[in-house]
Amino acid sequence: MNAPAPVATRSASPVEGCVSSPVLRERGQHEVFCGLTGIVWLHRKIQDAFFLVVGSRTCAHLIQSAAGVMIFAEPRFATAILDERDLAGIADIDDELDRVVARLLERRPEIKLLFLVGSCPSEVIKIDLKRAAQRQSRVHSPRVRVLSYSGSGIETTFTQGEDACLASLVPTLPGEAADAPRSLLVVGALADVVEDQFARLFDELGVAPRRFLPMRRATDFPAVGPNTSYLLAQPFLGDTARALEARGATRIAAPFPLGAEGTTLWLRAAADAFGVSRDHFDAVTAPGRARAARAIDHSLNMIAGKRVFLFPDSQLEIPLARFLSRELGAELVEVGTPYLHREHMADELALLPAGVRLSEGQHVENQLDRCRAARPDLTVCGLGLANPLEAEGLATKWSIELLFTPVQGYDQAGDLAELFARPLTRRARLEV
Amino acid sequence: MQLTVWTYEGPPHVGAMRVATAMQGLHYVLHAPQGDTYADLLFTMIERRAARPPVTYTTFQARDLGGDTAELFKTAAREAYERFKPRAMIVGASCTAELIQDDPGGLAAALALPIPVIPLELPAYQKKENWGAAETFYRLVRALAGARRERTSRARPLCNLLGPTALGFRHRDDVIEITRLLARLGVDVNVVAPLNATPDDLTMLGDADFNVVLYPEVALPAAQWLEKNHGQPFTKITPIGVGATREFIAEVAAIAKIDASAVLVEDSSRLPWYSRSVDSTYLTGKRVFIFGDATHVVAAARIARDELGFKVVGLGTYAREFARDVREAAKRYDVEALITDDYLEVEAKVAELQPELMLGTQMERHISKRLGVPCAVISAPVHVQDFPARYSPQMGFEGANVIFDSWVHPLMMGLEEHLLSMFREDSEFHDGAAPSHLGGKATVARQPVASEPVEAAVAHTPEQPEAFSSGAPIQINWADEAEKELRKIPFFVRGKARKNTERFACERGVATITIETLYDAKAHFAR
Repeated sequence: MNAPAPVATRSASPVEGCVSSPVLRERGQHEVFCGLTGIVWLHRKIQDAFFLVVGSRTCAHLIQSAAGVMIFAEPRFATAILDERDLAGIADIDDELDRVVARLLERRPEIKLLFLVGSCPSEVIKIDLKRAAQRQSRVHSPRVRVLSYSGSGIETTFTQGEDACLASLVPTLPGEAADAPRSLLVVGALADVVEDQFARLFDELGVAPRRFLPMRRATDFPAVGPNTSYLLAQPFLGDTARALEARGATRIAAPFPLGAEGTTLWLRAAADAFGVSRDHFDAVTAPGRARAARAIDHSLNMIAGKRVFLFPDSQLEIPLARFLSRELGAELVEVGTPYLHREHMADELALLPAGVRLSEGQHVENQLDRCRAARPDLTVCGLGLANPLEAEGLATKWSIELLFTPVQGYDQAGDLAELFARPLTRRARLEV
Repeated sequence: MQLTVWTYEGPPHVGAMRVATAMQGLHYVLHAPQGDTYADLLFTMIERRAARPPVTYTTFQARDLGGDTAELFKTAAREAYERFKPRAMIVGASCTAELIQDDPGGLAAALALPIPVIPLELPAYQKKENWGAAETFYRLVRALAGARRERTSRARPLCNLLGPTALGFRHRDDVIEITRLLARLGVDVNVVAPLNATPDDLTMLGDADFNVVLYPEVALPAAQWLEKNHGQPFTKITPIGVGATREFIAEVAAIAKIDASAVLVEDSSRLPWYSRSVDSTYLTGKRVFIFGDATHVVAAARIARDELGFKVVGLGTYAREFARDVREAAKRYDVEALITDDYLEVEAKVAELQPELMLGTQMERHISKRLGVPCAVISAPVHVQDFPARYSPQMGFEGANVIFDSWVHPLMMGLEEHLLSMFREDSEFHDGAAPSHLGGKATVARQPVASEPVEAAVAHTPEQPEAFSSGAPIQINWADEAEKELRKIPFFVRGKARKNTERFACERGVATITIETLYDAKAHFAR
């Protein structure tokens, strides 16, 4: 069976798909991580940065549990755990923080960029980490630059932690000269291998200069200015986008580079903005599109026609649902997202089939009721729900794997399809 | 403020969750911000539990803080009662909710639910997980055990087993093993708690003649309360190891006034003979470092020296509440106890002592990998591999058998490792692959030389079609950039990716592998 050739045609009318569909907004228990969890991948992405959470034992326990306590190298994150003395004002928080940071930098002389990361407790007791970061920067400059952001659960959900982190970086990026040629900034953490593939594609397309945020080295700050066009590689970067616009950069609107179609539309949006001809674009992307189609084809049989339910997790749900529906032929039962950014998601929503149930926020018990009633063939959900739903007879895909695996771009489209197919394949194989 | 890389214990409300999740018919309503639900995955993933923990989180957000978080709590508690119809409820706050001082206990009382509602005060900025579990269990027992009653005299004495929880190290199997052992002694088990107990079961605790404390970290406050208020003595010896199990039998016999001599003369464990067999000679004087919770560390030290013939070169615990017990034990081995919950301090101690075997927790498994020391896990915190499918208790005579196997096997692997490192030039171990569990000590990887022609292995393998087995091996080159790209693939699948790509190139007569070839091959072999 051949994959439907993803000949990418931009959706003609903005009212198509789910752009104006009603959204079920719910509040109640959220079965999601807080923004601190982003540290698990960010600390690997920026190779000489360190993340110091100022929080409670719960924060430390969360990060190590989310990381699966499986990272055997000494991690580039830690928690400064607040205790009674800090809360009662017996210890001076500034002094304590200075002491902890000094100890840390002494242990890790290779660190060039330090993030002080706010948490629920630090926000509730109003520790001013921004001021602390400025003070620390003065003390440790020029060796270490110190920034701050909040990954607290009262303000951020899971991937919004990356948004807050990148947004804190933007004001510190060097400015681009007013007469600089037009440049592309790709925004959002991607696996290194994916980033390199995209860099090669942009080079072949002749989209240059192109830069990436976050950068791999803390000293490699990409420049930004009024001639910067930025292209979001991840769908959860609302604050970062605002910060970039405050620096004069303009957004290239596009769907996200998940699946062959998403990748083509995403690359083409940039190519169009840089005046790349259609013929050249088609020539450069043809091998990738063909490979993606071939690779996706392996999983197509398993997923086509299957009913899929996505619980809210990373804000990747809408692009993933689009991929599942348009390239794998799945039927969407419900697409949950922790937060719906209408503007950034507009091109994605236009591609979703009309009438899909979209939900934002969560009341996990009500959502589980809907899921059980619908009995989908595949449920995409977090680690807290997966085994219990499997035990109820529902096939599940852990959503966190969709974030911790390279899935963007042509050469990962097949891997992405396979991630959804694997639980179904496995069920089909097991005889016990 | 304490700088922490990894933590041995979670916050105290996670201890309360371990009790609630172990029980049936109990629900925990936790005032907590978004994100604290991460704790569910400890139970569903690490322990592979098939049901969600019975916990409702209020999930307050920043915008609620100016408004009515108290109302949010009341709604959550009311809904949880209506949905789950528990027989009892515990209510409390996580670290952030503690700061906003909403008084979950008072709010829940105001709901006047028709079940016992037990408020928990678990100071998150002072206490930790084990304390939280002990406090929660104590509060439950106090609230539900009722008044002291007359116990009818029975032919067979009756006891409770106290302390096993969810996420405990081998608690599931220890309960089975000790229940069997007690049955052989002629003692019946009345209630096991918290594991699998209902709130109604807790009302029957007072019917037993005495209590067996399996895990003092969780059960001691409850056992002390039951002793005082229900006149139930409790056991002080933890039956881990052959010697300790024998002493435990004698202790139970004394409390229950029974004759245990028949059980004591039985040949109940293979450990003594295995330890005396000549194959075990090489265990003599092996230097071990022991770290974990107090109960398991004290027991492990005794087994290590007296039952396996090791030398204890250091021991310690992260459980400050039990520091005195561990310090006393350390004196018996002529070492100084390391009392700390700072992972880095433990690592420094292991590096300094260079033991031949580490007996520790999941954390020491990290340390051991980094330092290249064989390791066996003896205590929580634990990971998914510490919940084996097979029956593998630590307690009782079968527990001693399990311990013999699980402590000795890493050492055998240690011998294998010597062989591996002796023949490092072996073609299967190049590409920088040091033995996997010596990661931190790995020698510098041999960087593949990009221009080096790679002889396609495929040409020599017999299962290849005729066309490829005839003639000279095809010379295949990797382009620099392709070789670099290959190195980005995780090491454990890199070899396979290399082989597949070369086979793909070989079949198509491609002489130089480019990045395009690499990905063409990837697409070709995609499953």
